[in-house]
Amino acid sequence: MSTSTPPLATRPLSDAVRPGPLRAVRQFPNLSKLLLLVLAAAVLVPLLAAKYGAAWPSSLTVDVSGPLGKTSDWIIDNRDSHWLFVYFLGHLSNAVVISVRAVYMLLLALGWTGVTAGITLIAWRVAGVRIAATALISFLASGLLGMWVPTMQTLALMVVAVVFSVVVGALLGLAGGLSERLFRILRPVLDTMQVLPAFAYLLPVVLVFGIGVPAALLATVIYAAPPMARLTALGLRGADPGVLEAVSSLGATGRQRLLTARLPLARKELLLGVNQSIMMALGMVVIASMIGAAGLGDRVYQALASVDVGAALAAAIPIVLLAIVMDRTTAAAGERLGTDTAATGPKWLRGWQAWAGVAVVTAALALVGRLTGSLVWPGAWAVDVARPVNDFKEWMVDHLYSGVPVIGGTADWAAHFTDWVLNPLRDGLTALPWYGTLLIVAALAWLIGTWRTALTAVLAMAAIGVLGVWKPSMNTLSQVIAALVVTLVLGFGVGILAAGSKRLESILRPVLDVMQTMPQFVYLIPVVALFAVGRAPAAAAAVVYALPAVIRITTQGLRQVDSAAMESAQSLGATRWQILRQVQLPLARPALLLAVNQGVVLVLAVVIIGGLVGGGALGYDVVTGLATGDLGLGLVAGVAIVCLGLMLDRVTQPTERRTTGKGA
Amino acid sequence: MSRKRTMIIGTAALAGAAVLSLSLSSCGKADMTKQASPFAAAKGSKSVTLSVQTWVGAQSNVAVAKYLLEHKMGYHVDTVQVDEIPAWDALSQGRVDAILEDWGHPDQEKRYVKDKKTITAGGGNGVTGHIGWFVPKYWADKHPEVTNWKNLNKFAKQLRTSESGNKGQLMDGSPSYVTNDKALVKNLGLDYEVVFAGSEAAQITQIQQFAKQKKPFLTYWYEPQWLFNQVPMKEVKLPKYTDACAAKGAKDPKSIDCAYPTTPLQKFFNTEFAKKGGSAAAFLKNFKWTKDDQNEVSESIASGGLSADEAAKRWVDKHPDVWKKWLPKK
Repeated sequence: MSTSTPPLATRPLSDAVRPGPLRAVRQFPNLSKLLLLVLAAAVLVPLLAAKYGAAWPSSLTVDVSGPLGKTSDWIIDNRDSHWLFVYFLGHLSNAVVISVRAVYMLLLALGWTGVTAGITLIAWRVAGVRIAATALISFLASGLLGMWVPTMQTLALMVVAVVFSVVVGALLGLAGGLSERLFRILRPVLDTMQVLPAFAYLLPVVLVFGIGVPAALLATVIYAAPPMARLTALGLRGADPGVLEAVSSLGATGRQRLLTARLPLARKELLLGVNQSIMMALGMVVIASMIGAAGLGDRVYQALASVDVGAALAAAIPIVLLAIVMDRTTAAAGERLGTDTAATGPKWLRGWQAWAGVAVVTAALALVGRLTGSLVWPGAWAVDVARPVNDFKEWMVDHLYSGVPVIGGTADWAAHFTDWVLNPLRDGLTALPWYGTLLIVAALAWLIGTWRTALTAVLAMAAIGVLGVWKPSMNTLSQVIAALVVTLVLGFGVGILAAGSKRLESILRPVLDVMQTMPQFVYLIPVVALFAVGRAPAAAAAVVYALPAVIRITTQGLRQVDSAAMESAQSLGATRWQILRQVQLPLARPALLLAVNQGVVLVLAVVIIGGLVGGGALGYDVVTGLATGDLGLGLVAGVAIVCLGLMLDRVTQPTERRTTGKGA
Repeated sequence: MSRKRTMIIGTAALAGAAVLSLSLSSCGKADMTKQASPFAAAKGSKSVTLSVQTWVGAQSNVAVAKYLLEHKMGYHVDTVQVDEIPAWDALSQGRVDAILEDWGHPDQEKRYVKDKKTITAGGGNGVTGHIGWFVPKYWADKHPEVTNWKNLNKFAKQLRTSESGNKGQLMDGSPSYVTNDKALVKNLGLDYEVVFAGSEAAQITQIQQFAKQKKPFLTYWYEPQWLFNQVPMKEVKLPKYTDACAAKGAKDPKSIDCAYPTTPLQKFFNTEFAKKGGSAAAFLKNFKWTKDDQNEVSESIASGGLSADEAAKRWVDKHPDVWKKWLPKK
């Protein structure tokens, strides 16, 4: 795994400088692009080298820490007097507190019987028996783990955050869907919101709102609204023009057309948007706890402070369960939309009667709970998982850390990975003269895209230099590339296997669900225990986080390959390997590219988590900024991560494909 | 159709509720300096919010204060986990009522205690903190000379890791901790690389791993800390701390070349809470114990596997003579 990485990672270099003869002959446009670049390089490089030297020139940097520091001082000094805070942001903050409190009080009033019954019945009504059973088991499990109250706090926060995200996202999406100009303005904004690591906006949000629920909720909304906006815009823009024409010909006004045709036609996308918003909001639960969000995330975070993986897991399991229940319920609701068999089960389970039934049964069970006097989960019915989990972790670490015969322990692998992959990659990237890096980026982006993509990519890289964080950014870039390559190798491999076997896929599914929704904080301790402090555990955490999406997209892409093409190949006597290589993989190319893109986004999302286990560089700077209230340091590092993301996106995405969300 | 309508109505109702609450609260001024938690005082009881920092010592203070406030004084206590500097901000806003263990933040003190007067100093909590460089006892016993900084370069080779390259590794912890280590390594001419573990959890895990294998290591660490009971460590002597050196360091942090000072740990209160907090404020002002008391609680939390609440109960049951003095006279 590790030995194959350096050639792969440095291949872009040789590609840009000397393209294989075959390729050049086949693609003339690329050849001329390259010639032009070589020409430009021949003129520019000696000039730049003579004037500035290999390191990013300090005369080309701008120090923003001064103004940012002043901004932060201004906010702190004016927070209790300026109209912006007193008449606007203050009310926003109060509104958040009141809404969350209202939902929390409602959940407490329903008691554990009422909440469990209500959610199970809603899931049954909307998504069927199996998902209802999942919901029932999940809520009982939260209670059994002793996490009932934090679960309710998180649920209250989630409900309000999702409503806010959906409303904000839908409004933005509506604007983008109806106006081409707004759409063009909106797209880069949404791109940035999605690539910007969540930590980077914790900082300004905390500065304005202070530690607590309002800040946590707004950070969650910023993170969760973009997919809703994107999907709303997509749905509105993708509406069948034939239907729209028919509606217009009936004399409908613009507004009527929107309400009667375009919105209903887009309802699948809208629901998918809601689904994505929920998943992303849940992804923020733990991160938001770093700024005082309370609930389950806070339990995970506090458990980590005392290095207690078991306790962290006990709080993380309800988060995973909540995510699975909410995802399955909204996804099932989305699938059933538009089909006639919208409601399953007997007749009394359909229409308004069913909703009344849900309400009545819930109320009844809530009452029963109240009468028996157990509003909060009865403490005696709790299971302690912390101890066995910790014992298991200890056992695993003791046996894997070192001294496994022949292959060595995980600590040895980590050291080799650092010595043989991360160090040369980092040293190479830092040693490369800055104009050389820019040129390579330009060449890569131009070869697979247009001159515009190349320009964006180069400008993004230049921005990093201008902000004065070139060196740490190259360090981070080396980690991202290494983690990405490992992720893609593993992800494509497993994805190909899973595409070939339905059985493997169904075994993998719950595993991937858990990997995707498990808060990254939970595996921080185990990765450090296994791989020692440094960049290797950071890379491991990134791989764990990004792998599920890559596997999923690969599997799906391969599965969707036209079966006729495969059959004809088979009838020509092609072996399975030949079919895979010559038919399936080329046809699934768009999906594979999407997988690469998601890999980039997700690996970048973990850079900061990596800072918590010794990844250093930009991730550590963002964490430091947050911990020490240093807006300059944290925000600049956050922006640099965004720029890296933009650049990587441009050099890996040949088509105009834009993705819908961070998760797949 | 009806189902879709209900869904739309449901969403509309929720959105309506949000708008309603927004408009309800938006007549007149909104005070951002008062930030209550939506989860506080759900049962309508008297409530106090304490800030917890990431290290276990801070958790112990809070656990015991919380236990006594809840079980002996009838308060409801909420805790919020926050990093040190954001905690000051939260304290000034009234989002939390008290910090029970501060390691010295002169900038924040000037801004909030002297200038804005939104925070009031609450006196020491009785524990003295000390930051320093530590090596494991099993290693120091074999090479006693390692406990002096002058000899550290001889051992750099033994402390190499893949992160520190061809230098020795000096492990630092969370970015929120007060550290001069980079300057120290440079100014003392040490052949070491500072490697930041990034969080205390990562640092502790790594120390435990080293200790399990009896490997040598050099780490930034602090007292009081429960980990000393599990992994005995010896401090490395650095050039003596002097006021002159501290003054020089205050001017230019990069010039510092002496050891860390010992810090009597301080309590701080939100000013309004200090004035109107009644018996809870009086109790927290009286709160004062010793390093041994704190370590006893810390260890039962961090390695005894007890919850903070259980650990606090155990200590409270054993030491009534200490905490009885904290309760305000009626």
